[in-house]
Amino acid sequence: MAIPDEDIIIIQEPELTASERLFLPQIVGGLRTTLRHMFNTKRRNQVVVQYPEQKRQMRVENYRGVHRLNKDPDGRVACVACFMCSTACPAHCIHIEAGESPWPDREKYPVKFDIDELRCIYCGMCEEACPCDAIELTPQYDVIGHTREEMIFDKEKLLDVYEKTKDVKPRKNPPVTDYGLTGGQDKSVAKPNVERKI
Amino acid sequence: MKPTRYQPDPLVTRIEHLLRDLRLIAPVGLILGVLPVVLIWALLAMGVLQPILASQFWFSVLLIAAIIFIILHLCGGATLAERKIASFIQDRKGPNRVGFWGVLQPLADGIKFILKEDIIPGNVDKPTFILAPFLAFVIGFITFAVIPWAGEVRWPWMAPDAEPIRTQVASLDIGFLYILAVSSLSVYGVVIGGWASNNKYSFYGGMRATAQMLSYEVPLGLGLLIILLTSGSLRLETIVADQVTSGWWYIFLQPVAFLLVLVSAFAETNRTPFDLAEAEQELVGGYHTEYSAMKLALFLLTEYAHMTINGALIMVVFFGGYAPLPWLNFGLGEENVAWWAMLLKFAILWGKISLMLGFYMLIRWTIPRFRFDQLMKMAWKGLVPAGILMVILSATLVVFDLHTTRTWWAPLGVNLAVIVLALVLAGRSKTPITGRQENMPELSTHRQQAAVG
Ligand code: SF4
Ligand code: SF4
Repeated sequence: MAIPDEDIIIIQEPELTASERLFLPQIVGGLRTTLRHMFNTKRRNQVVVQYPEQKRQMRVENYRGVHRLNKDPDGRVACVACFMCSTACPAHCIHIEAGESPWPDREKYPVKFDIDELRCIYCGMCEEACPCDAIELTPQYDVIGHTREEMIFDKEKLLDVYEKTKDVKPRKNPPVTDYGLTGGQDKSVAKPNVERKI
Repeated sequence: MKPTRYQPDPLVTRIEHLLRDLRLIAPVGLILGVLPVVLIWALLAMGVLQPILASQFWFSVLLIAAIIFIILHLCGGATLAERKIASFIQDRKGPNRVGFWGVLQPLADGIKFILKEDIIPGNVDKPTFILAPFLAFVIGFITFAVIPWAGEVRWPWMAPDAEPIRTQVASLDIGFLYILAVSSLSVYGVVIGGWASNNKYSFYGGMRATAQMLSYEVPLGLGLLIILLTSGSLRLETIVADQVTSGWWYIFLQPVAFLLVLVSAFAETNRTPFDLAEAEQELVGGYHTEYSAMKLALFLLTEYAHMTINGALIMVVFFGGYAPLPWLNFGLGEENVAWWAMLLKFAILWGKISLMLGFYMLIRWTIPRFRFDQLMKMAWKGLVPAGILMVILSATLVVFDLHTTRTWWAPLGVNLAVIVLALVLAGRSKTPITGRQENMPELSTHRQQAAVG
């Protein structure tokens, strides 16, 4: 399809100045810039983070680090084993085994909940998909292990991450779903999406 | 199980902190620096060293050892300096983990390179594959034989009328030709390495490097030829002596020749802006793609050895060798043959070479890389005609006997005239001298393509 003439914008190449055409004066200019940066120690000290000793302050609200499984105020795992997260997961790294819940306010709970942190691409789709905000990504990024098996986080490990990070990033209020409240909350929080901040 | 934070071995941490402590590094460095001096002093006190130092042959042998020692350490230091300068220019801090301020980084790099698996791929041409890095490395060193390091020296224990010792490994009548001949050999390591790898891309890399090095050999030769016409001697020590005694460094007499040699030196050493052979941002590695471990390290060190030799050559030919300042010798002229003067001159020349290395690195992180056709165009259409013009002009000066430092105004005036002429011509012509932007299609072509498109 021919592009109509009026849609074509012809951008004139900028005319080079005499010194640009001669190239050598421009080298001097470039050297001035590089030398200025080279002897600017102040800037260097501001920019560089000496990693293992210093840490960057991650943005708590939306940094996507290692997962956690939230607990509700009664201390129970908040997940209701609905499989939304493992369905949404593009990397297929969430493996859930559901069992009948021992509590009256929900039908199911996860007997096993494994996330392969090595396969995960930290996209955050699981967090988006979860109807009761049970799974969340935390700002903790320096997660390491010595074996592959160690990097498959099971339920206990994920709940432990919650214990460690709940002070930095408290659990969001769960939105109202068909499952109702996941226990323990005040009714006033159950307004759909009122308190939710992205 | 809890997610564990990585805890390094406490012993490792302790060693790391110890090495990073200036209180440890400084005394060790001091002792390592003082030790050779004490050793030499002891040998002198025992009277072992005097006859050896007083004979030209054994002095040359010692000098070879000393030069190789210095260059090997300088190569190691240059890798650190390069990384430091690169990171400073980019507002980073550079390696600062191994040793205080990162001074032990070259050591760590060396250990790493030695311990790595040395892979020889199955289908390479084995003898040449192994030979190539060594060839490249050794050839880089041969050129140092004719550099006059510090003039002449007469030891205190020699007879006052004895022939002074030359601080030069070999005082050749044809020192200049030797340098040209040997430095063109450096292509071999590259081309053999590329060919023996039996890999198309290495081969292309080798070919590119060869084409580039051969092309820039020509302006390098022309630039040095101009100096040859100016000095009238092929002996490097005569060239230096002339500059030291007259005070007129040849850069003031022949700035155009200096530019030619400088640009060619950058291209010869495969440094940015001419490092197309190995362009690390774009290619895997050019001619040394298949190399690993110490062989790769040798190729990388060769680059620094080349830079050093080119720096030494430029310093000797254009910047008065071991002269501290133009027109100011501070009593360090040719006639001063005391041993301390010799040591001072030696240090001055190495200081100048280090400055040159720093300049190489500064340029590397300042100027973007040329395209290959621009590179070739610059050599054959820019530098070679300019070199030939300067050779003709210098030869004309020789006819009228105006070429020496006595009539410094003649070569200087000719050079300035040529520079001004070139500036005016380049300023008036519409295309940039490097050929950038040249291949853009005409505006009408855009229209036509759009209409057809
Ligand atoms: S962050 Fe993405 S990849 Fe990782 S578990 Fe969640 S949905 Fe899967
Ligand atoms: S989406 Fe939420 S509630 Fe459903 S299984 Fe996953 S973590 Fe549990």
